[in-house]
Amino acid sequence: MDEMEKWKNGSDTDQLSKDEEKIFDEIGLNGTSRRKFLKQMSAASLSIWASSYLTSDLLASPARTLPDNPEILLNEVRVNLRVNDMVKQLALDSRTSLLDALRERLQLTGTKKGCDHGQCGACTVMVDGKRKLSCLTLAATCEDKEITTIEGLAENGNLHPMQEAFLKHDGFQCGYCTPGQICSSVALLEEAKNGEASYVTEDFKDVKTDLKLSEEEIRERMSGNICRCGAYNNIVQAFKEVHSGDDEMPTWEFATAKQMEKAKNS
Amino acid sequence: MRPFSYTNAKNKEQALQTFTKTSHYLGGGTNLVDLMKEDVERPDQLIEVANLEYKNITKNNEGGYTLGGMLSNSETANHPDIRKNYPLLSMAMLSAATAQIRNMATNAGNLLQRTRCPYFFETSMPCNKREPGSGCGAKDGMNALHAIFGYSDKCIATHPSDMCVALAAMNAKVEVQKTDGSSRTIDFTDFHRLPGNQPEKDNTLEPGELITVIHLDEPKFSDHYYYLKIRERSSYAFALVSVAAGLQIKRGVITKAGLAMGGVAHKPWKFTKVEKYLEGKKPNKVNFKAAAEMAMQDAKPFEGNKYKVEMGKKAIVRALTQAFEREA
Ligand SMILES: Cc1cc2nc3c(=O)[nH]c(=O)nc-3n(C[C@H](O)[C@H](O)[C@H](O)COP(=O)(O)OP(=O)(O)OC[C@H]3O[C@@H](n4cnc5c(N)ncnc54)[C@H](O)[C@@H]3O)c2cc1C
Ligand code: SF4
Ligand code: FES
Ligand code: FES
Repeated sequence: MDEMEKWKNGSDTDQLSKDEEKIFDEIGLNGTSRRKFLKQMSAASLSIWASSYLTSDLLASPARTLPDNPEILLNEVRVNLRVNDMVKQLALDSRTSLLDALRERLQLTGTKKGCDHGQCGACTVMVDGKRKLSCLTLAATCEDKEITTIEGLAENGNLHPMQEAFLKHDGFQCGYCTPGQICSSVALLEEAKNGEASYVTEDFKDVKTDLKLSEEEIRERMSGNICRCGAYNNIVQAFKEVHSGDDEMPTWEFATAKQMEKAKNS
Repeated sequence: MRPFSYTNAKNKEQALQTFTKTSHYLGGGTNLVDLMKEDVERPDQLIEVANLEYKNITKNNEGGYTLGGMLSNSETANHPDIRKNYPLLSMAMLSAATAQIRNMATNAGNLLQRTRCPYFFETSMPCNKREPGSGCGAKDGMNALHAIFGYSDKCIATHPSDMCVALAAMNAKVEVQKTDGSSRTIDFTDFHRLPGNQPEKDNTLEPGELITVIHLDEPKFSDHYYYLKIRERSSYAFALVSVAAGLQIKRGVITKAGLAMGGVAHKPWKFTKVEKYLEGKKPNKVNFKAAAEMAMQDAKPFEGNKYKVEMGKKAIVRALTQAFEREA
């Protein structure tokens, strides 16, 4: 079958390569959740998605044979890291950031290193339920704190609704900022429930809970996650769907109000 | 990053006793860890103080509230008592950085964050603040982000905090513990200093002094407040110029004013004379414009930051107007 026929028959998503099958099995996406997930992805994005697993799998495997704890360390600190319901005692150089501990020592490479200086949000994880930057967090300060990374969001093989929404609305292009965007979005759901304010909130004195965030609010509150590909509109749309069930197309700043109205109704 | 030993202080005493001249206390690490990666800060010991018990907000004897130094910026800004009584502080704090950084940053650390002068961050450039005696790269260099008030020949940097601009407008006090176990309280206007001949010193703390709490006066600006932050993009950026404006208005007359500016000096710049001028006046455009002229009359900009003078005037008028027009 050539590409065009495959596309016409719509059969491509049923035909997974062996490697792709293996990845789905490994991450525990089976049966209906696998079909649901596949339906939301085009064939092209599937192979790109899968290739990221392949390469990280290949790169990570030799690292797995490293001893858990190096023999000699300068200023050694011992930390119990609780990450996604797993606990691991690590001996670390005191300089190790949480980001490096996750990626280099626990092989949790979902969390990304963008700037390493607090300026991009790619390294966002949740610490005791709050979104934080793992690049400016020293691993030594994380003893017994609950850390949730992108790898910890899916449950029983089902993606977190926010992960599903990002797939459905194409909330990414290259995908590098995506783990940070998703962790940040999941934390923001809670912040809105708790009634936390932002700089663009009208009235700071009136404290309400279960906020329904406007688009302006979402953009301000998600500003700590920079997307070099500029997938912002789709990210806002994905967030809105999970946050308020409304996935209306976000405002495109280059169109007039009238043009926007027309586009939304088409 | 250079090697350092790490101590997780279990209590205040341990923190103070472990301190040496080459140590740094560690709050959220959002400024310190960054500067250590840049090789600008080079401590040989970090003493973590973020877990010490100063994490509450309580009523104080002055009719105001006291903020724990180790409480996070986001918990402080979103505390119901702070939002209700000091919305100006909440607004300023929420304009800073991002949700992730505010979740990490402590109140004490916020006061002690260092300048964002690009020369200060770049170790291949001269900078008297980083390396006393090496010269000031900014004075005859790129100085668009620098001071227009209170600078010296040695340094023209600005203090970057938004929270501190609101605290300056509100008359706060900072309580610190000394290593000998005694404590002292510093008026907020005396907490940060001008660069003078010692730009390496940002504030009046002695080595080893630990910030424990911040005291706030009785709330005065809970109805009329605005924090205006002007920046190069609409979020996640430091202020070019910012204004904290608080007004107390009774029967159509200003009875108390708080006015401070960020991004223009080595410390949050409080306009004490202008605050006095506004008191007893009607809150209207004419008086706000006169206040803005008075505030900016001593500004002495550099080649790259002339824009700050006009921007500052407009920002004052806008912030005062927004504060006044807010529905009480
Ligand atoms: C990308 C980015 C953007 C930012 N944008 C803004 C912004 O727009 N506006 C703004 O205001 N800020 C901004 N910030 C700065 C941020 O607010 C500060 O970094 C933060 O408030 C510092 O608090 P911390 O607890 O992390 O301090 P740390 O980094 O832990 O410490 C800072 C300093 O304070 C000392 N210290 C800490 N606690 C104590 C204590 N209890 N007693 C004595 N000394 C102590 C440390 O030794 C260190 O010297 C930004 C930061 C980043 C990284
Ligand atoms: S302005 Fe201050 S911080 Fe900037 S280069 Fe000059 S001395 Fe250094
Ligand atoms: S990698 Fe942490 S903010 Fe960019
Ligand atoms: S998808 Fe490429 S950086 Fe966001």
